[in-house]
Amino acid sequence: MTVPVVLFYAFAVLAVVSALGMVLNVRNTVASAMNLVVTMIALAGIYLLLEAYLVAVVQIMVYAGAIVVLFLFVVMLLNLRHDTFAPGRQWLVKAGALLLSLVVLSELLRLFSGGLPAPQAVLAPAGFGGYRQVGIALYTDYVLLVEMASLLLLAAIVGALILAKRRID
Amino acid sequence: MLPLEHVIGLSAILFVIGMIGVATRRNLIVVLMSIELMLNAVNLAFVGFNRLWPGTAEAPALDGQIFVLMVITVAAAEVAVGLGIVISLFRNRDSVDLEEVSLLKW
Repeated sequence: MTVPVVLFYAFAVLAVVSALGMVLNVRNTVASAMNLVVTMIALAGIYLLLEAYLVAVVQIMVYAGAIVVLFLFVVMLLNLRHDTFAPGRQWLVKAGALLLSLVVLSELLRLFSGGLPAPQAVLAPAGFGGYRQVGIALYTDYVLLVEMASLLLLAAIVGALILAKRRID
Repeated sequence: MLPLEHVIGLSAILFVIGMIGVATRRNLIVVLMSIELMLNAVNLAFVGFNRLWPGTAEAPALDGQIFVLMVITVAAAEVAVGLGIVISLFRNRDSVDLEEVSLLKW
């Protein structure tokens, strides 16, 4: 096993453990958000190993830097350090969710149990996934997509403001 | 090169963990975080498949990574609007418990 493969398994274990910590932590929402940060950073490491350098940087900046901070802001704004929900959700729902997730997981894994098709090129071309190539692709082939994304973000800003505003006059 | 089957397997496992969170948790904020986790799992699959077919030096195929960037954009918009909904819900109901949001439930 080479160093990248060992690093991949380390990041994978870290991502799965912290994702489980996020979902199964039923008392502290802040700890859930911190576990989410660890998952995001582990995934960014895997992106680096897969030679998606720009995506890894954007992952750290947007997910670990902005989205989780937004979550933390809301948790602290609402003063939800410990959620005090009454226990006793129906066990039927939990068992059903577990069964459903097991079925989905086995189906997803079965899809790829036959192995993936042979790749076009095992070695990525030089500069693959760097800011230059991704930028050229974004601003030539996908320029309409960039414009749509800007419109979407504008709509999200206006929508979030209107939703969170106390009184609309 | 990394074992791509294992990358896709990790993606499936993370997706299912997010699904368990969406299905079982009652805290609306944690449900939103679980949705983020599912989106991230899909992103991982996109990046992995893009690494499998990287194209050539003259014509690099970066469609998977462009897709990931767009998913991240949509996720950011979704979190902004979702947390706005959480705040206005908390203002009206004084709770973020999903069990109390049942007005449209039959």
